[in-house]
Amino acid sequence: MESEQRKIAFICSKGDLDMAYPALVMGWAALGNGIDVTLFFTFWGMDMITKDRQKHLELAPVANTSMKMRLMGLPTGTLGIPNLLGIIPGMTAFTSWFMKKKMAKVGAPPVDEYLQMLVDAGAHLYACKMSVDMFGLTKEDFVEGVEDIVTAGDFMDMTEGSQIIFI
Amino acid sequence: MTDLVNVAFNAEGFMTDPTQWTKEIAEILAKQEGIEVLTTEHWKIIDYCRTTGLASGKAPTLRQITVGTGITTKDLFALFPKGPAKKVAKIAGLGKPEGCV
Repeated sequence: MESEQRKIAFICSKGDLDMAYPALVMGWAALGNGIDVTLFFTFWGMDMITKDRQKHLELAPVANTSMKMRLMGLPTGTLGIPNLLGIIPGMTAFTSWFMKKKMAKVGAPPVDEYLQMLVDAGAHLYACKMSVDMFGLTKEDFVEGVEDIVTAGDFMDMTEGSQIIFI
Repeated sequence: MTDLVNVAFNAEGFMTDPTQWTKEIAEILAKQEGIEVLTTEHWKIIDYCRTTGLASGKAPTLRQITVGTGITTKDLFALFPKGPAKKVAKIAGLGKPEGCV
């Protein structure tokens, strides 16, 4: 019963804490189901694989219309966190800390550990050449597991037949 | 001599009654999943899944298995190639894992 090997590629373009998780969660599920997984990190998404950034991804409350105060257990209905409060020093650190706590509660490991799990399970990680050049990074700036720095064209070649998800 | 004639499965191939499970059934199911021989390491994982699965009523997720058994992600994926998530649960006679991690 040989069927064609299913392949999924994720393009990770965001470096916010909350936007790091979709590819990790879905990529892990895909690997668990025997699907080939490739992750391509571009622009801010490279924070997910950059050694000195990976553990410090943040979630800012300013201009985040989905982040309601009730997330913190306050009986405030659908009231958001006022942008004016969001600009207080320490607020981004607070909301980031809070989100990390929420993620841990559902059993999701931190971004660095999660990504390592995907690598150990056989995911292929690549960084975007144009973004690397633009931000002045090199392969040494990235965590182990990042296989190469590739162009958009290379990515198209290596993902032939894959389902592609842009995040 | 064990066969699967009297064992109940759902449409996806998961056993519906975990109490019907035996080690012999696990060996047959493993072969169906492409694993010819169940080693000590395989059994360590299956036993863990049986224990936690029967206690909670849910098949453990892959993360729960690695944390619970101390077996690394790499080894887990090598022991149950081509997607351990469903394979482990099937062989252990449990339902489909419900968690995401």
